[in-house]
Parts: sequence; C-alpha cells; structure tokens
Amino acid sequence: MSEARSEDNGGNAATFDTHPGADAGVTPESPLQWSRVQGRVTEEGGAAEQIRVVERPFLGHLVLRGGAITLDEAVRAELGVSLPGKPLGLVLDAEGSRSVQWVSPDEWLVIVPAGEEFELENRLRARLGDAHFAIVNVGGGQTLLELSGEKARELLMKSVTYDVHEHGLTVGKAVGTVFAKTSVVLRRPSEERFELVVRRSFADYCVRWLRDAGREYGLRVESASH
Amino acid sequence: MFHIFCPYCQEYREEEEFHPSGQAHLVRPADPASVSDEEWGDYLFFRDNPRGIHHEMWVHRLGCRKFFNITRDTATYEILETYRMGEQPSITAANAEVRREQGVQTADGGWQTVGAQPENSRLNEETPS
Amino acid sequence: MTQSNRLNQGGRIDRSRRLSFTFNGQQYTGFAGDTLASALLANGVDIVNRSFKYSRPRGIAAAGPEEPNAIVQLGASEAAQVPNVRATQQALYDGLVARGTNGWPNVQRDVMSWVGKLGGSFMPPGFYYKTFMAPASMWMTYEKFIRKGAGLGRAPTEADPDIYDHFNQHCDVLVIGAGPAGLAAALSAARAGARVILCDEQEEMGGSLLDSRESIDGAPASAWAEQVVAELSGLANVTLLPRTTANGYHDHNFVTLHERRTEHLADTAAGAGREGEVRARLHRVRAGRVVLASGSHERPLVYANNDVPGNLVAGAVSVYIRRFGVVPGQRLVLSTNNDHAYRAALDWQEAGREVVAVVDSRAKPDGDLVKQARDAGIRVITGSAVMEATGSQRVSGAKVVAIDTERFVVTGKVETLECDTIASSGGYSPVVHLASHTGKRPQWRDDLLGFVPGEVKGMHFAGGVHGVYALGETLTDGADVGAEAVRAAGFEEAAAIAVPEVAVRQESPTSALYQIPHEKPPLRAPKQFVDLQNDVTAAAVELATREGFESIEHVKRYTALGFGTDQGKLGNINGMAIAARCLNRSIPEVGTTVFRPNYTPVSFGAIVGRHCRELFDPERYTALHQWHVENGAEFEDVGQWKRPWYFPQKRRADGQERLETMHEAVARECLAVRRGVGILDASTLGKIDIQGPDAREFLGRVYTNKWAKLAPGRVRYGLMCKDDGMLMDDGTTSCLAENHFLMTTTTGGAAGVLEWLELWHQTEWPELQVYFNSVTDHWATMTVTGPDARKLMSEVTDIDLDREQFKFMDWKEGKVAGVPARVFRISFTGELAFEINVQANYAMHVWKALFAHGEKYDLTPYGTETMHVLRAEKGLIIAGQDTDGSVTPEDLGMHWAVGYDKPFSWIGQRALTRPDTAREDRKQLVGLKPKDPKVVLEEGAQIVLDPEQKIPMTMMGHVTSSYYSPVLESGFALAVLKGGRNRMGETVYLPMSDGSVHQAEVVSTVFIDPKGERQNV
Repeated sequence: MSEARSEDNGGNAATFDTHPGADAGVTPESPLQWSRVQGRVTEEGGAAEQIRVVERPFLGHLVLRGGAITLDEAVRAELGVSLPGKPLGLVLDAEGSRSVQWVSPDEWLVIVPAGEEFELENRLRARLGDAHFAIVNVGGGQTLLELSGEKARELLMKSVTYDVHEHGLTVGKAVGTVFAKTSVVLRRPSEERFELVVRRSFADYCVRWLRDAGREYGLRVESASH
Repeated sequence: MFHIFCPYCQEYREEEEFHPSGQAHLVRPADPASVSDEEWGDYLFFRDNPRGIHHEMWVHRLGCRKFFNITRDTATYEILETYRMGEQPSITAANAEVRREQGVQTADGGWQTVGAQPENSRLNEETPS
Repeated sequence: MTQSNRLNQGGRIDRSRRLSFTFNGQQYTGFAGDTLASALLANGVDIVNRSFKYSRPRGIAAAGPEEPNAIVQLGASEAAQVPNVRATQQALYDGLVARGTNGWPNVQRDVMSWVGKLGGSFMPPGFYYKTFMAPASMWMTYEKFIRKGAGLGRAPTEADPDIYDHFNQHCDVLVIGAGPAGLAAALSAARAGARVILCDEQEEMGGSLLDSRESIDGAPASAWAEQVVAELSGLANVTLLPRTTANGYHDHNFVTLHERRTEHLADTAAGAGREGEVRARLHRVRAGRVVLASGSHERPLVYANNDVPGNLVAGAVSVYIRRFGVVPGQRLVLSTNNDHAYRAALDWQEAGREVVAVVDSRAKPDGDLVKQARDAGIRVITGSAVMEATGSQRVSGAKVVAIDTERFVVTGKVETLECDTIASSGGYSPVVHLASHTGKRPQWRDDLLGFVPGEVKGMHFAGGVHGVYALGETLTDGADVGAEAVRAAGFEEAAAIAVPEVAVRQESPTSALYQIPHEKPPLRAPKQFVDLQNDVTAAAVELATREGFESIEHVKRYTALGFGTDQGKLGNINGMAIAARCLNRSIPEVGTTVFRPNYTPVSFGAIVGRHCRELFDPERYTALHQWHVENGAEFEDVGQWKRPWYFPQKRRADGQERLETMHEAVARECLAVRRGVGILDASTLGKIDIQGPDAREFLGRVYTNKWAKLAPGRVRYGLMCKDDGMLMDDGTTSCLAENHFLMTTTTGGAAGVLEWLELWHQTEWPELQVYFNSVTDHWATMTVTGPDARKLMSEVTDIDLDREQFKFMDWKEGKVAGVPARVFRISFTGELAFEINVQANYAMHVWKALFAHGEKYDLTPYGTETMHVLRAEKGLIIAGQDTDGSVTPEDLGMHWAVGYDKPFSWIGQRALTRPDTAREDRKQLVGLKPKDPKVVLEEGAQIVLDPEQKIPMTMMGHVTSSYYSPVLESGFALAVLKGGRNRMGETVYLPMSDGSVHQAEVVSTVFIDPKGERQNV
C-alpha cells in the first residue's frame, strides 16, 4: 500500500517529499561522494589554510518562479525575509541559515536547512493559492561549497570570469557565471565568505579544478559530516 | 570578446555567459496555414546580413537564462544598446548617426521591473537591497 | 671567456652576482640583471644566428621585442624547450642554455650558406612558390628540408613539467607600458582611486627612462621611475605586472596579458626552487579604459649589407651601454636622419670607445645633441649616409657617401671609414600594434614620418605611441591622458599630478629617409635588408611592385615582409616606403597594414592554462558512478557525461581467466534483458519540470502529438520538431498533476530543449502561464527491465504492480527500498520495464538494494551499447543518431505521433506540407537485414540499388544504426532509404571502401515482437 506523500494542491501541481525519513535507515550520498572516495575531499576539520573550501551537503534547495509581488508576500510570511527584488540580490534570515537569491526577473533560489524544504514548499503553496507560480525542489541536483580565507578571492579569479573584487561582487550579491568550463552560482553572503552552488554532475569537476588551482595555497576541500 | 550588458541582470557580463540566437524581431506568421509556401520559406530560412547596424537576439545562458536583444554594428563589433524582449530598438540603421552624436544610454543601473506585470515595479521601491 | 665588452662601472646590473650560461654549446658568464642578449654582447659574441632564407650570419641588432635576429631556442632539458625566444627579452639566469633558432648544423658554418652567397637572383620573392610547385606530391619532401633549413624553432617532445594558469582581471584603467608616459598615466589614475593595472614587458619598469641621458627634477630619469614604481606598489588599488606583455587587444577592451613568472629564474619553476608555482599566466583583463603607452621602436636605415653582425639600431647601443654596461664594439659609425640618435655616439664616446663619425643625411643639423657631439670633438658628416657595410662575419668598415634623398641617388664620392660597429636610425615608429588588433587602421602623419593609432573606442594613447617624443612632453601627456582615462572610467576627482621638470631640448627636424641609395642599381647592389627576420630585401620589395603587386598587403604576402613572430616591428614602414618610392606614391597611398595578435609569441602553456589533462573538459558523473567504476564498467562519453558502455565480466575459457570482449559482454547483457532482468543507469536523460495553467497548451505547441487529454498518472511519448518540420528531440512526458508535467529529453538534448522551450515562451508566447526548470541532476533514474522485472520490483516496493493497476505508460509513486520514488512504466527495450526516479542523494541506496534482491534473478547491469541494440531491435530511434536535422516524423514512419488536427499550428506543422517535405521519395527509415547474418553493416555506409553502376553511383540512403543481435543471431540495421517504405522486401547493396559489396533486404524497422506484447505483460 502506498502512503500518501503527495499533497493535493487543488490539482495544480504534484509535490513530493523525496526524503525517506530518519527512521528508514537510508544513508544519503552527497554529490561529492565520488570525490571523497577518490581522496579529493576530506572530513571537515583541521588547521585552516590560506583558503578553506567546505561542502554543506543535503541542504534544501527550492526554485521559486513567479511574479515578485506575489512571491514576496508568501516568502516574507513563511521565511521572514523579503524577496530580493533588485537583480542579483541575496538575502539571509537572521540566523544566516536560510537564504533567498534573485536568479532572474521571475526566478529565485531558496536554500534552507536539510529537510525543511518539503514543509516550506507546502506552506508557500498554501499561501500562494491560485496565483501563477511554480516551486521546484532541486535539492538532489546541487550542492553548496563555502570558500573562505585570505586567498579565496585569488582562487576565484583563476576560476570565474565574474569580477570578484569587493567593488564587483559586493556582500549580498549572487550571480550565475562561468566557472572554468562549466557554470556555477557564485554568492557573497558575508564579508568573509563566498559560496558556490554547483550542479551535482559537475561537482567533482569543480572540486578537481579548485584543488588544482588552489595547489599553491595548500588548498583542501572538506565536507561537513553526514 | 564582447562585454554585454544584460538588461535583466542589469550589468555587464563576459561574452562567455551568453549565446547568440540569431536575428531579432522575426515574426512567426500568426496563422501559418494561411501563408504561402514561399512566405513560410522566407520566415524559416532567410535572414538579414547587413554591414552595419543589426539587431540580434542573445540569451544569457549561464546567467538569468533570459533572451534579449542587442543592436550591434557588424563592422565595428560595437554594441550600441541592449533591450528586453518585447521592446523596440532606439537605434536603427535609419537613426544611428543621430544617436551616435547624442550619445547612447545603455544602463540606468540598479532598479528594474521584476516579473511580467508592470505593477511589480512597485516592489522595487520597497525592497531593501 | 672574458666579458671583453663589459664596462667596469655603470648600468643596472649586479656585478657581484656572476651567472654562467651556455650559448650554442659555449660557456659564458654574465651578471644578474643582464638579458641573454646583453650578456652575449658583453662576451663579444658576434654571430647568434643564421638568417631564415639566405642563411647569412646575423648578430644582435636591437635591445627589445623588435629584435629580428637573436631568436633562440631555450632550455637545458628536452621537456623545458621553448622556441622563438628573443634573447633581448630573456633575463639571464644561472645555468641558462640556449642556441640560435636558425643555423643547421651550426651558426658558424652553415650548409645553407651557399644560398646566401649566391645572391638574390637565385632566391627572388616567391622563390618557394615558383621553385617547389611541381610535382605537388613532392612538396612534403621539400618542406621537410626547407623547414629544417629555415629553422622555425621546435616544440619539446617531452611533456612540459610546468603549470600555467589564467587570471580573470577587471580594472578601471589598464596602462600598457611603464615608460615615462605609462608611469605618469598610471600615477594619475591611481591617485584618483581607480583600480589600475600597469603592465610592462621588460624585467624592470621604467622603459626609456632606464637608459635616458636626461634628468627629471635634477636627478637621473631612472630615479624618478624608481620613485613612481615605489609609490604605485604601495597602493592597494594598483596591480603592477612586470615581465608582462600585452599581447592581444580584443573587442570591448578585453586585453590578454602574458605574464612570465618564473622564466627569468630558471628553465622550470621547480628549477627556480618554486615547485608547484605557475610558470606563466595569461591575464584576461576586462578594462574600463585602456591607456596604450607602448612607446616607439626606432627604425633602422636600409643600406647594403645592413645585416652583417655589428649593425645595430642606434637606440640599442645606448641601452646596452647605459643599462647593461656593455659597449658592443670598439669603433662606431652612426648613420642618422634625426637628432635623438646622437645620444648613441655620446654614450659610446663617454664609455671610452672611439666614435669614427656621425653621418647625418640632413644638410644642416644644429640641435642641442648635435652641438654636444660637435663640442665633444665628434666628426659629423652631413648630407650623407652609410651606403654599405663591409665585412662578412663582422662589420669592418662603412662606405659613406653624399646622397640626394629627393632624387634617390648618390651624389658624391664614396669614403670608406674603418669601424666595427654601425648604428643607424631612420626615425621612430610608434608601436601601434595593439591599437590595430581589432581592425582599426593606423593613420600616417607626415610631421612624424610614422603611423599613429586610429581611434579605438575605450582606448587612450599616451607618449610615443601617438608621436609625443620629448621627455618633458611625454610626462605631461601621460599625466593628462591618465586623468582623462580615469574620468572616462567614471572617477570625477582625478587630482592632477605635479609633472616634474625636464629641461627642453632643441631638436632640428628629422628628414624622411628609409632606404639609402647605392652607387649600383638596387637589383645589383649588395643586399639591403628590410625585414631581417624573414630575409626580405629592398630589391625583393621592388621586384614585387614590378610584378604587379601594388597594395602593401599583397607585397607583404608575396615577400613575407612582417610575417610570423616578427609582425613587422622594424621593417614594415621601411618596406612601405620602398614600395611607395617604386610605385611613385606616398606611403599612406600604398596602404597601411594592421597587425594581428599576438604582439610577441605566447607559450601554448599560457594559452591553455589549467584546461589540460584531467581538466581539459568537465566529466559529468551520475550518482551511481562509484558503483559503475567498482563493477568494472567501460565508459562511453555522451556529451560530457561518463556513461557505462558495457560491463565486461571475467570469463573462464581454456583454463584461462580473461575479461569478456565488448561483443561478448553486450550479447550477455542483451540476453539477460530479453530473458531475465537487467538494469540501466538512465540518470543522464534530461528532465524538465513544467508547471502552470498553460503547461498543457504549451506542450501541444512544441510537440507534434496531442496533450490535451493526458490524465494525471499517465505518460506519453512525444516528438519535437523545429519549425522546418525536422525532428530535433524526443522523449516521454508524464502528467504529474493537472498543471504539472515532467518532460524527459535525450541525454545530449537536455540543455538545448530547455532553452528551446524558454525561447518560444519568452519570445513568441509570453502570455502562456508556464514555467520550466531543469531537474536533470535532482533525480537519479534507474531502468529495471526484462520479463522478471515485476518479480524483482515486487520485493522492493510498496507500489501495486498488478498489470491492470499499473498499466504500460502509467506512473505511480511509492517507496522503492524505503526511498520515496516515482516509478514510470515506460520501455525503451521492448520488455516490461519500470523506470525508477529517486532524489539523487538516495540513488546508491536504492541501486544497491535492487542488486541485493536481484541476485536470485541474476540482475544484470547493462550499458549504453546494450541499450542501443535493444532499442534498435524494436525500431526505436535515437534523435541525433537515426536523425540528422533533415528527417521529419513522417520520414520516420511516425505518422501516429503527429496531430494534424490540433487547433494551434504547432512548431513544425506548417513545414510538413511544403512540397519538399511532402515528397514521396524522401529518405525514409527502414530496417535492413544483411543477407549474410554474420555481417554487421557499417554505420554511415551508403546504399545503392545497382552495384554494377559506374562511379559516381546513385546513392539512395545510408545506414544510421547497426548492431549484432544475439536474439536474432544476425546483424541488423536501421537506415534511411529513398522511398524506403515502398521497397519492403527489395535487395539493396552497400559497397564498401575495400571493394566488397554487402547485400541486405529492406525490412520493417521492428525486428522483435512486432505487436509490442512483451512490454505489456
């Protein structure tokens, strides 16, 4: 007998909780699992180098599509932050663990702690009702890398075409741009930190690239524990 | 290597983020069944190839994924303006000289209309960056 | 060897640090701060190379990137070989090993030298074209020897041990050149707070200030340079890049800079004790404004035997004396048409060597420097020029004669002056190269006797590059232009910098002089070289004009003037002047030439950067990649994806254990799917989430078939055409909810289809309320297929698998191995199949659970090759393999998937009724069964009806897919064949390149289970 995991949203869209639940005994594998097996990624910890790259795996990633005003109200109510209306805007909640990012005039990326995304999607859908919008769960398809350290900017200059100088990529800005021979979302949530949102299938390539470009700084790529 | 102002992201980006998508302002006949084979053939296969001012469609493939238009001089490679889908060029082969003398405005910086509905511009005045 | 030409003092070298080096097999020593060229001159090395075409001995002629002769092959080990390095630009380091690029077998004695001695008539321009034209088949043989004889340098045959990278730079103002103008401009811009990059190709910043005789604010000019560089290096908004050549100027102020980071220290970064560091870096600079302060190159004069070692450009003489403490000879004759060159004579004399005479083409030169020379007792011969150098291995004298520049004749008696060095100066050519890289033509200025850059948007010019030569004016110009650039970059408060004081020097005007007339007619006189690197003579240019080449662009191509790595730095203007004289026109009338990137050679390493070896191209992996690797998969590249191709297993035969061949593995995998159960990782399929009230309408417009009635829980196969009616992609789309669909695309089509949907939505139908998002990476997809698929699935899922409850082309959700999943009953094999989608992070768990339960069913993993065989046996096409952009759904026999009566004229519909698309004899998809079952036809093989027909045969179509079927125990193929559907049962022929001809019968595209019962059990 199949359990009801879908929420009926008036027939408009099918939502789906992709997680088996903590009691199912299923161990997820982040997009960097293969890199980890290959020794390209180590457990988080150890002395900080000139650059530190840490994966934040298994976060909830939702794409919101729709008109800004419509979505803004729902996002304010459910996440407590306003939707960035200015192009390339990135806002974080007070804890800094939930973020909303402008992607295009009708698209935003929401990143929340692991496991929150399905509830959030349902709450947003309930609030948005009949409006024309879309919410898409993309959490299995991408992962987040945090970059920090004094040489992080230099490493990025080797990797992305975007201007990562403080005049270009200001705090609170997020851009989609070229990374080596693929693309990433590059974010600047705070003064000390850059973030890369990378696609699952390209994640190992990105890690290989970062390790190679960061060799002269003794770069290590780490991943937060499961 | 072009430096292209994306009218949606509202800033200049490297050409590598974009992809050209052919001549702009092509109109697909509203009722294809009623046009002749020749007219349909023209729509499908024939394109302008001017030396000088040309309007092209590009897509910000690795950025916001939006299509937009570029007015470009094919002889000098100068991009004279970029504008959103649905808008008309302010520079054309007919008025290019005049516009050149007046100077061209491409960027108004910062705020822009979000989403398809015009009333959304209100949000931009309210939302802190 | 002793450094016989080294002065005891002076220069910017460190005499306490001796460096030893090897050139052409000889050991020498130099000092820290030397270039390879200055060290060679210090050691009295006259001959450094053999010339390109005539194999004449050549010595160092200049001191910068314009050097045409001293081009060397660098590197002690094979792996560290670098070709085409200019000795004038290579810093000396301990252990440096170099040899002249040309000169086979060696520079002193050369097997090609007879060519040079025999004179020009044997090798006129176009010599190679004319002589080695026929027979064409012999060119390969000729070329080998010509190339070896010409010596173009060689690439290393071993892997480069060094690493290279790219750096993406952005700045407000990029200043190119750190001479007086560039330094002043950079200072102006930097003080205004702009982000400034200042690059200079030399070891040390300062340019001409480093060898200037003049004072700035009462101190040596070099001191001012040091002080400005010190200030700039202390500013956070300034990036200083010495040893960095701006090599290419591209559209919209995109400039590529080639920075040499360890090349001045050792052969390799490791050799310099800097293991792991970047040897050379390509800066990709997007600059708000570019200030080009590239200065000028002095032009040599064109006179007979001007290539004999000991002939130098006048300015180079000063550079060697003042920067390196090297006097490249004992007795100097200077031939000039301008005042500035007199400094060479003054520097020479102050170094304690003899100046035999200054020969000035002007009648009454009387500028300050001329007066100084006269006051110093130097003999000045006016109205005259050096007509010819004597000597063969080294200059032994200068033949001087009075000349009439207007009539281009000698007017007096020849006097021979004994000397070992001739310095010449014909004026200055602004270095306009970068300004013309985007196609802007330089402009001739009669007052300067040189070309200045044409207007380039976003680029400013400072100093010598636009003809501002006097030091004081250059500094002022640099400061002004820097301020102008920074204002243009949006900085309002550009504070004016105080321009230092420089004494004004009176100069008498330069006369127009390029080629010196000879007492013999040009074609009889000894060779007068215009382009020393490419061995182009004045006579060759003259001959070219006589043979009808009137445009300088044609003369250039005919004679090779300014070709290759030289890019006409010394010779271009002289060549044009000669062509102009011969054609009786002015220089600008003969034309201008534009230059191409790169300004000087750039190593391939720097161009490639990190994009090599395992980072050459991204490798995309599915969530199951680790399992595939651990289970011995052979991989196939599908786009950037690594997909398992087949899974060879160990097999025992004849007491030996070995891996299966591909053929064996594929046969085993195919039979497992047809008889038991197999599993495929299908995660690479493109997946697009489509939501919105108009989603259904949109699908109806982009697919050829109907979508109006597809109910939630159902799946449909769809064809997508371009508006020309040709198939572009196909796949299934599932209705998840009334306004929510999941579209799948081919692996290769994923990104293109999403962009296609966006294109139509954004440009044609923005009124439709629908959103598209890629979920390709979010879902992992596993296909469980075969007669036993249901049995296996029933062990791992809570979904009701009853064939009446879960029909073919239904989808359901539930749990598979405890993980929430969407399962689709669609089939690409013709067998019962379940496609399982789970969030990718849980894919490995599900996959392993399937194998744990699948052991008893002998669950067999299969790869793309088996997938291809299985689908082809069912006549299922692959867009992009069986189609090529010229195939319509009707050509594929898929009339059933075309909804001609849909209300909206969907993409491609109109084109299908064009006469050409509706033709009866179009190529149509058919099956081919080879008459010999052992034959597997070649994909791409052409089909003919009459194997006896003479070539060219009438080609009727070609094979698109072909495999061996273990079920049919025969080869079989899909093909497109003209009027194919009316040729069922006919025999066709496939002639092969080895002369054999295969026969095949035209059959249905469906080879197995024509009624489709197997997938529906």
